[in-house]
Amino acid sequence: MPVLQATQLSCEKQDRTLFQSINLSIESGELVLLKGENGAGKTSLLRILVGLSQPQAGSVLINNYCVLNEIDYAAPEFIYCGHKLGNNNLLTATENLVFWCQLQGMPADKEKIANVLLELGLAGLEDIPAKNLSAGQQRRVSLARLWLKPEAKLWVLDEPFTALDVNTVKQIEEKIEYFLDRQGAVIMTSHQLVSVNRPSRVFELEYAW
Amino acid sequence: MAQTRLQLKAVFTRDISLAYRQRAELMQPLMFFLMVVTLFPLAIGPNPQTLQLVSGAIIWVAAILSLLMGMDRLFRDDFLDGSLEQITLTSAPLYLVVLVKVFAHWIVHIVPLLLLSPLLALFLNMTTDMYWGLLLTLLLGTPTISLIGAIGVALTLGLQRSGVLVSLLLIPLFIPLLIFATSAIDSASMNLPFTFQLGIMAGIFLLVLAGAPMVIAFSLKVSQQ
Repeated sequence: MPVLQATQLSCEKQDRTLFQSINLSIESGELVLLKGENGAGKTSLLRILVGLSQPQAGSVLINNYCVLNEIDYAAPEFIYCGHKLGNNNLLTATENLVFWCQLQGMPADKEKIANVLLELGLAGLEDIPAKNLSAGQQRRVSLARLWLKPEAKLWVLDEPFTALDVNTVKQIEEKIEYFLDRQGAVIMTSHQLVSVNRPSRVFELEYAW
Repeated sequence: MAQTRLQLKAVFTRDISLAYRQRAELMQPLMFFLMVVTLFPLAIGPNPQTLQLVSGAIIWVAAILSLLMGMDRLFRDDFLDGSLEQITLTSAPLYLVVLVKVFAHWIVHIVPLLLLSPLLALFLNMTTDMYWGLLLTLLLGTPTISLIGAIGVALTLGLQRSGVLVSLLLIPLFIPLLIFATSAIDSASMNLPFTFQLGIMAGIFLLVLAGAPMVIAFSLKVSQQ
C-alpha cells in the first residue's frame, strides 16, 4: 500500500490551469523530488497533498486516509514543512516546538527538544524569541520537527534548504537518508542540488499557461 | 478525546501567553474604550440625568467598536507566520480549536473591560440596577460579538488592510444585540424586569455558539487556499 496516493489531481489558480489529471504514488522508503520552474505549481501541489488546499478535481490519500475529509486521521501520519515556517516570533525556539508537539498530540519532552536544538546548532538560543534569530536559524527551528515525530510515515518538504548553510543542508540530507532507511517516504521541492545517497524519483511539473 | 483536550489546552495556554507578551497592544482597545466613554460626557455635558439616560448605549457602542479593533489579530499572526497551517494539520477538529482561540481572545479583551465597567458606571451616573443590567448584557452579548467577529476576520484573512472592511461587514450584524442590550439597561433604569431581553440575547448567543465555530473553521480553510 502506498504511503501517499494522489489520483487525477487538477489545480486552477486565477483562471490558469497549473496542472491537470496528475497521478502520484509514493511508497515507503521512496524519495520523490518535485521539480519545475517558478510558478509551475510545486507549492500548490504540496499544499493539495497535505489537504491545505482543495484541488479542482481528484483526491489524495495518505496511508489510506483522505486528506480533505479525514484530516484528523491523516495528520498524525505526516509532517509538513512549508514556505511559512510555522514559528511564532514572540515565542522561543523551545516554546514553538513544545507547542507543535502538543498540537500533534505528543508529549512535549523539553529534554528531547533541547537535544534536537543542540544537534541543529541552536544550543544557547533555545530561550531567545524566534524574531531575534536569523532566517537560517528560524528555518532550523522549523526543521527540528523532523526529529520530534518519529512515528510519521511521510515528510512533505517545500524548499527545506532555503537560508540554510552548507553544514545544516548536509545534516538535513543525512536525516532524510535515515528516515528513508526506516521506511519513511519523502516528497520535496528544492531549487538547490539535493545530495541524498538513496534512490530518488523526479516528478516534473511543467509550466502551463 | 483526552488527546484533543490536551491539544486545545495547548492552544489556549499559548494564546494567553502571547497576549501577555503583547500587553501594550492589548491595552490599545481598552484605552480606546475608556477614551470613547470619557469623551461623551465632555460632548453632552455633565448633567447626571442626561448621562444616565444614554450611559448604556455609550458603553455598548464603545464596547463593540473596541472589540472590533482587537479582532483583526485573532488569526492574522498565525496566518502570516504559518502557525495556522500547522494548527490546521492536526488531529484536533479545527472548529474546536477556533472556539478555544475565540474564548482566549474573549478572556483577554473582555475581562479587563468588565473589570473596568463599575468605574464607568459610576462615571456615567448609572444606578445599581442599571449596572447589573449592563454587566449581564455584556456577559451575554460580548461572546456573540467575538464569535461573529471571528467569522468576519477569518473570511478576510487573505486580504491586506481588512480592518475597516471587517467593521463594515460586522457592525450591521450587531444591531439586534445593541437594541436588546440597551433596552435591558433602560428597563433596569425604570426598575422593570429585563429577563426577556436577556433571554433573547442568550438565545442569539446559543445560536451563534452552535454555528459559528464551523463557519469560522470553513472560512479559515477557504482563506488559506
